[in-house]
Amino acid sequence: MPEPTPRTSRRGLLFGAAAVSAGVLVTGCTSNEPSDAEPTADDRSAADDKPGKPVTIGFAGPQADHGWLNAINDNAEKRAKTYSDVTMEVTEGSNDTAQQIGQIETLINKKVDVLVVLPADGKALTQVGLKAMRAGIPVVNLDRIFNSPQAYRCWIGGDNYGMGLNAGHYIGEKLKNTPDARVIELAGLDNLELTKQRTQGFDDALKNYPNIKKVARQAADFTVESGQAKMAQLLQAQSKFDALWNHDDDQGVGALRAIEQAGRDDFLMVGGAGALSAFQAIKADDGVLKATVLYPPSMAASAIDLARALGQGKGVGGLAEFEIPTSLTCYSAVVDKENVDQYMSTGFK
Amino acid sequence: MTQPVSPPRDSTDKVPAPGPAPAWRTVLFRADVRTLSLLGVLAALVLIGGITRPDEFLDTRNLQLVLTQASVIGVVTVGMTFVITSGGIDLSVGAIVALSSVWATTVATQEFGFAGILFTAVLVGVGCGLVNGVLIAYGGMVPFIATLAMLASARGLALQITDGRTQVVTIDGVLDLGERDAYVLGVPPLVLVFAAVTVIGWLVLNRTTFGRRTVAVGGNAEAARLAGIDVRRQRLYLYLLSGLCCGIAAFLLIVLAGSGQNTNGNLYELDAIAAAIIGGTLLTGGRGTIVGSVLGVLIFTTITNIFALNNLQSDVQQIAKGAIIVAAVLVQRRTASTT
Repeated sequence: MPEPTPRTSRRGLLFGAAAVSAGVLVTGCTSNEPSDAEPTADDRSAADDKPGKPVTIGFAGPQADHGWLNAINDNAEKRAKTYSDVTMEVTEGSNDTAQQIGQIETLINKKVDVLVVLPADGKALTQVGLKAMRAGIPVVNLDRIFNSPQAYRCWIGGDNYGMGLNAGHYIGEKLKNTPDARVIELAGLDNLELTKQRTQGFDDALKNYPNIKKVARQAADFTVESGQAKMAQLLQAQSKFDALWNHDDDQGVGALRAIEQAGRDDFLMVGGAGALSAFQAIKADDGVLKATVLYPPSMAASAIDLARALGQGKGVGGLAEFEIPTSLTCYSAVVDKENVDQYMSTGFK
Repeated sequence: MTQPVSPPRDSTDKVPAPGPAPAWRTVLFRADVRTLSLLGVLAALVLIGGITRPDEFLDTRNLQLVLTQASVIGVVTVGMTFVITSGGIDLSVGAIVALSSVWATTVATQEFGFAGILFTAVLVGVGCGLVNGVLIAYGGMVPFIATLAMLASARGLALQITDGRTQVVTIDGVLDLGERDAYVLGVPPLVLVFAAVTVIGWLVLNRTTFGRRTVAVGGNAEAARLAGIDVRRQRLYLYLLSGLCCGIAAFLLIVLAGSGQNTNGNLYELDAIAAAIIGGTLLTGGRGTIVGSVLGVLIFTTITNIFALNNLQSDVQQIAKGAIIVAAVLVQRRTASTT
């Protein structure tokens, strides 16, 4: 169906709106009234490294059965140790929703000042987040988001869509002069929403490069074993392609093994998450792996910073806001040979 | 393609039947029809693969790939077939593979090189099998519960050893086994091991008293006991055997993936049980077929391969896999009952 709206009238409307806005803008600029946006951070100090009011932070995470989760726990604990005014109560990690709820309730009863929670399942743990907030304990929700904004004071996490987007742009830039470039994708566990988001971002980025076509996608399940198995099949299915994006460096260990076993080296590979082994391979630059897109575990350290600031009633340094933000999305940087040294220390095993 | 051969392909009698009887013949014939129907399913899959992706599917490399991917779970399934034939079940196979593979790839084990890795993988598998066997045979525990407990503890121990980290293997001798240079006349070493385990398993189940006893215990444990079989010891041996197969499978997995990880062997128990049941082994015990189990494994691996080559996604794969299990069992029922 052709759109019935007459083009001229819409254009007129747009011009009209633009003119009015411009007018308002110009008027605004001429005003000599003192602006509201004057620096106000001085009124209230931002959290800094100097010791302040003692804060007890309760930390509850899932079972660290994966390199990335392990790094999350390490980052949180190391960060807490750097502050003399922070005491951390860490629960034993659990993937069992009921058990994690129990652990968080125990922390609430202990009356910790702030809670940092990485739920095994965000939706299932919303209620206990609400309970903590009602008990007056601010909750920093780490990565896997609760169902309700009332269940947390601040959310900090990674950007799955951004991971896909940045991986797609990196590959797109590398292949933009290759006619009819073929790209394949080795995704993570398809049952997870984050896998869909990563794939969506990747597809959206590739749309900017009309010469590139995604010819195949298979989902592994974040394990080395599945990475090897699915990659072996992909290599058999596609006798020629130019680039591969693998969602996860852990399964990438298996994928690289399959690539080696098939004796293939005629393409460029980009990883995901930021494992130490991937950084080392990128630095050595002797294989197909040329870059990896971060899903930085350092977000756990930042969560501790936020929790400390919340406990001390301070804002975040470098921002004008009185309060810490409600939501912080970490950037999924692309690490390649150029900047790998900078990130090497954040690589997880 | 395969003619019905004169010796019995598989043990199919409930109690050791002395002497050839007419009943024995019918049972034998039925087993062959079963095997033939499985071969039919496999042939249909090959046809589908050949039509949809002729260049990629009908390729030596692809045959090598499918057989390699089948070898790890295949070895586990051979052990599982023995256990199920005896009326038992082993839910801990995946966890044992995980534990063996991480124990065999710790820095300390890797210091002992190739032999250290192989020895540890097999020994840990046998050790877990021993615990299962003792609990079931002499502790009077139900196999379902005993091996479920082993599943939980072995996974837990594997996690404790790795701390969630991927343990990369640095021993060249182990890694080289998975490379193309190691292929013997085009056959990957992993596939050779799988073939050897299959042949030995078939011989043991069909040509030895051990095999006869296994079938007898599964058919009717009380009758077997009255016939003078040490049922307890037999059960102990069977779980040991399953553990041994898991240890061998763990080593193959280490070669294949070049690493040990506590998530290895995820849901192997379900894959192995499904392959054995599709193959024609009775879940209630008393009848087992190694050839059927191996065909079951090959059917599953071929399905996965065809799906991946056609770029079908996980959701479709899972739905189709379920449908094919039901269809394969129904076809088998039909052909087996009409004879």
